[in-house]
Amino acid sequence: MKNIVVRFCGDSGDGMQLTGNMFAQLGAELGHEISTLPDFPAEIRAPQGTLGGVSGFQVELGSEVYTPGDKADVIVAMNAAALKVCTLGSHFNHPQAHFDEQFALFHRNAIVIVDTDSLTDKDLEKAQYHTDNPFTELGIPESVQIVPVALTTLTKEALKDSGMDNKSVLKCRNMFALGLIYWLFDEPMEKAIHLLEDKFKKKPALIAPNTKVMVDGYNYGCNLALNITQLHLEGQPKEAHGTYTSIAGNRATAFGLIAAAEKAGKHLFLGSYPITPATDILHELAARKDMNVMAIQAEDEIAGVCTAIGAAFAGDLACTTTSGPGLSLKSEAIGLAVMAELPLVVVDVQRGGPSTGLPTKTEQTDLLQALYGRNGECPAVVLAASSSANCFDFAYEACKIALENMTPVVLLTDTYLANGTALWRIPKLAELPTIHPQSVPEELKGQYNPALRDERGVRYWAYPGMEGYEHRNIGLERDAQRGTISTNPENHEVMVQARKKKIEQIADRIPQLSVISNQHSDTLLVGWGSTEGHLHAAANELGCDLAQFNYIMPLPKNTREVLSQYKRIIVCELNTGQFAAYLRAQFPDLPIEQYNEIQGQPFAVERIVKFVKG
Amino acid sequence: MEASQFKSDQYVRFCPGCGDHAICMALQKAMAQIGIPTHEVAVISGIGCSSRMPHYLNTYGFNTIHGRGGAVATGVKTSHPELTVWQMSGDGDCFAIGGNHFIHEIRRNVDLNVCVFNNRIYGLTKGQYSPTSAKGFVSKSSPFGTVERPFIPAQLVLGARGTFFARTLDVDMPTTVDCLVAAQQHKGCSIVECLVNCVIFNNGTHAWIADREQRAEHSIILKHGEKMIFGANKDKGLAVEIDPVTFVPKMIVVPADDPRVLVHDAHQPDTTLHRMLALMGQNRIEAVNAEVDDDLPIALGVIRNVEAETYDQAVNAQIQNVRTSAKARTFDELTATLESWTL
Repeated sequence: MKNIVVRFCGDSGDGMQLTGNMFAQLGAELGHEISTLPDFPAEIRAPQGTLGGVSGFQVELGSEVYTPGDKADVIVAMNAAALKVCTLGSHFNHPQAHFDEQFALFHRNAIVIVDTDSLTDKDLEKAQYHTDNPFTELGIPESVQIVPVALTTLTKEALKDSGMDNKSVLKCRNMFALGLIYWLFDEPMEKAIHLLEDKFKKKPALIAPNTKVMVDGYNYGCNLALNITQLHLEGQPKEAHGTYTSIAGNRATAFGLIAAAEKAGKHLFLGSYPITPATDILHELAARKDMNVMAIQAEDEIAGVCTAIGAAFAGDLACTTTSGPGLSLKSEAIGLAVMAELPLVVVDVQRGGPSTGLPTKTEQTDLLQALYGRNGECPAVVLAASSSANCFDFAYEACKIALENMTPVVLLTDTYLANGTALWRIPKLAELPTIHPQSVPEELKGQYNPALRDERGVRYWAYPGMEGYEHRNIGLERDAQRGTISTNPENHEVMVQARKKKIEQIADRIPQLSVISNQHSDTLLVGWGSTEGHLHAAANELGCDLAQFNYIMPLPKNTREVLSQYKRIIVCELNTGQFAAYLRAQFPDLPIEQYNEIQGQPFAVERIVKFVKG
Repeated sequence: MEASQFKSDQYVRFCPGCGDHAICMALQKAMAQIGIPTHEVAVISGIGCSSRMPHYLNTYGFNTIHGRGGAVATGVKTSHPELTVWQMSGDGDCFAIGGNHFIHEIRRNVDLNVCVFNNRIYGLTKGQYSPTSAKGFVSKSSPFGTVERPFIPAQLVLGARGTFFARTLDVDMPTTVDCLVAAQQHKGCSIVECLVNCVIFNNGTHAWIADREQRAEHSIILKHGEKMIFGANKDKGLAVEIDPVTFVPKMIVVPADDPRVLVHDAHQPDTTLHRMLALMGQNRIEAVNAEVDDDLPIALGVIRNVEAETYDQAVNAQIQNVRTSAKARTFDELTATLESWTL
């Protein structure tokens, strides 16, 4: 098999995220490409065994992996509720629903491993079954291979001499399932054990029992009298030589900020406020005092961005991290940074909106807010990362652009990138692009004012502590020559144009738009940000081309040239057409179609393919 | 240093007769007296008449957005504790729109010198009531009088665990300079409530103590270590009396030679007396035409001045501590600690 998709599904207390992550990491270490999709319930801890409490983790492994996969080839269902959610997909709440391949989370030919100990009458009642035969009730077709395993009994058996209490024993069930999956994929156990030891290194008492259960799960597979063939992944990964790790998008973002600060010789300051799904960046940076990172948990979103603006005013590389609702709150302050022309990196990990919306789900609906959600003519740079791993590159790039051009940069990622993991080739600092933070020429000492600009139109940066450059910065309009408050009508227009041009000139130094090409097609899929994997897979299947945008404001200079070569241009987004509208405004003569999904989930490749084929 | 070194080249645009002129001059004098060079001083403000102050001081300055001066100042000071950071704000800027940042900068004890210009009115927007306007106050946005209770700034500061609170008056230059200098010398979040007159929209709001004839009888200038004596003839003192029925302590006025006259201890960690002192006379602003049956003076000067660890120091110390024993201090060292493999 080239690629395989596995989904671990259970109660939020069943450790599905850990299990899935361990499996994905082992796969990555063995040289497979990976892409993962954690799927959390919205509730912090829904009642055990209920449909609302089902937590999932999907991973695709193989040699050409673009996405975590539309549907699973192998399902691990830890209880009756998980079985129902996987079988019925988004229809799990419909009382009459049956297996329907359109909605099911697994294929017609999938392998479904179920804990039979968790299918008691009480379990079935909690998961709102009406009969005592869940498989018949759900209408699971015979082509699906059900593997019933008494996971709970077998785990208890494995640990009967451990002296552990019942509750602790039950927490090891997930490792039995993991061991069984390792057997299914014929993965070597030494590496798996090593990985487990690493995962539990902070809780050494748990290493022995979890290892025992995992190995028992593996051996149970070896002795299975069932007619299941083990699955073998073929092919070599296409990644370049190097040192790799598996990394989640939020962590990659944090690392990008850290690397940029060190490269630029600047102190990294983060002002942030907890918000799903961005909080992990705050966690990561709060833990990185060893890297000289100052991460402040502010009293609110506005203070998060304002403390960062204060640090930028004082000469730091300043960042704030948030999600959509927080970006709304920060709007006025981002306008201040535009007006005061200070470097600032704003990371928006998008989630389903509006308002509180779908906090744990993914969406691309903050694009127009990032571009335009401020009062006045208020241009800022907008970038979007397109994989969990390249969150690193674009966080780094956001810092570089901000520091070199004295402007706020909004970096858009989303839940899918933030929580998902991918293979990341670890770069050395020396190989990353140089960063030259804007500074101020020595000859301006004693004559400096905050309106003075270099030949690119970027204002010079002097900050407190520098003798002879004392000045007053403002959110009020300033005189284009003297830098002091001005209400002169002509001056305002001059300044509006100066701020606009400053952003536009950045297009001279960003990469040209390149197309992922498939045999000179006349159809171009267009995407931006996190949909790259799905659109790449769809383009391959369709034999058409793909242009994926990471630079949104300003756009790459060759955008028109690229788009105008195609008869069909289909902009695919997880919103109602924000990027399509933006492109139409820039290129009103181009025939721009759009395909949109807005369900809080990443694209399904098969639906894009179906749409394009018509 | 000279006060003139702290004057910027900008024409001061406060209204003629505005109390902010006096505070501006006092700031320049105080900064000269403190003697920190202009390039090591940053003055941060929000929006409002008082927030224009940075333009008139020849230091680094940042006139930000409404209410957020405290958060910006927190960022400046925390990231660069070597700088001297002032915040200029008004009763609308920091008790209304910026209330959250105000209480949190105090709670964290960020080493800032915060001047709150309290004129009990929104002046820049031309005359709306503020969170410190007396109940019943008639303004453009309260044509029938407000129905709200005002904040008493000192209560807010003490409630947020403030370590420094001073109160001064625009027409009392020496006390203002003393308070500003003391605020700078205090390590922590120093709040100076500057009672200023808005000559256009709220003229005479502090007349009870601002009038030259009345001031000595109606106010007391507290000085640490000195007896609490006031009055034109220095014949009155302050003492505490416990109500025999309710056991509630209250301030009373006694003859200056009464042995019960208190000595001011601004360094006392307990807030009880500081609170009683700060609240004296505040019932006069509780409501328009408030009925007041005591003759307690309004306290000016440094009321509270205690030490506590500052936020900016703690944040920076923690980073240095971690770095001392850290295994990785650079990006390449950090990534080397990750679980990785070579392809």
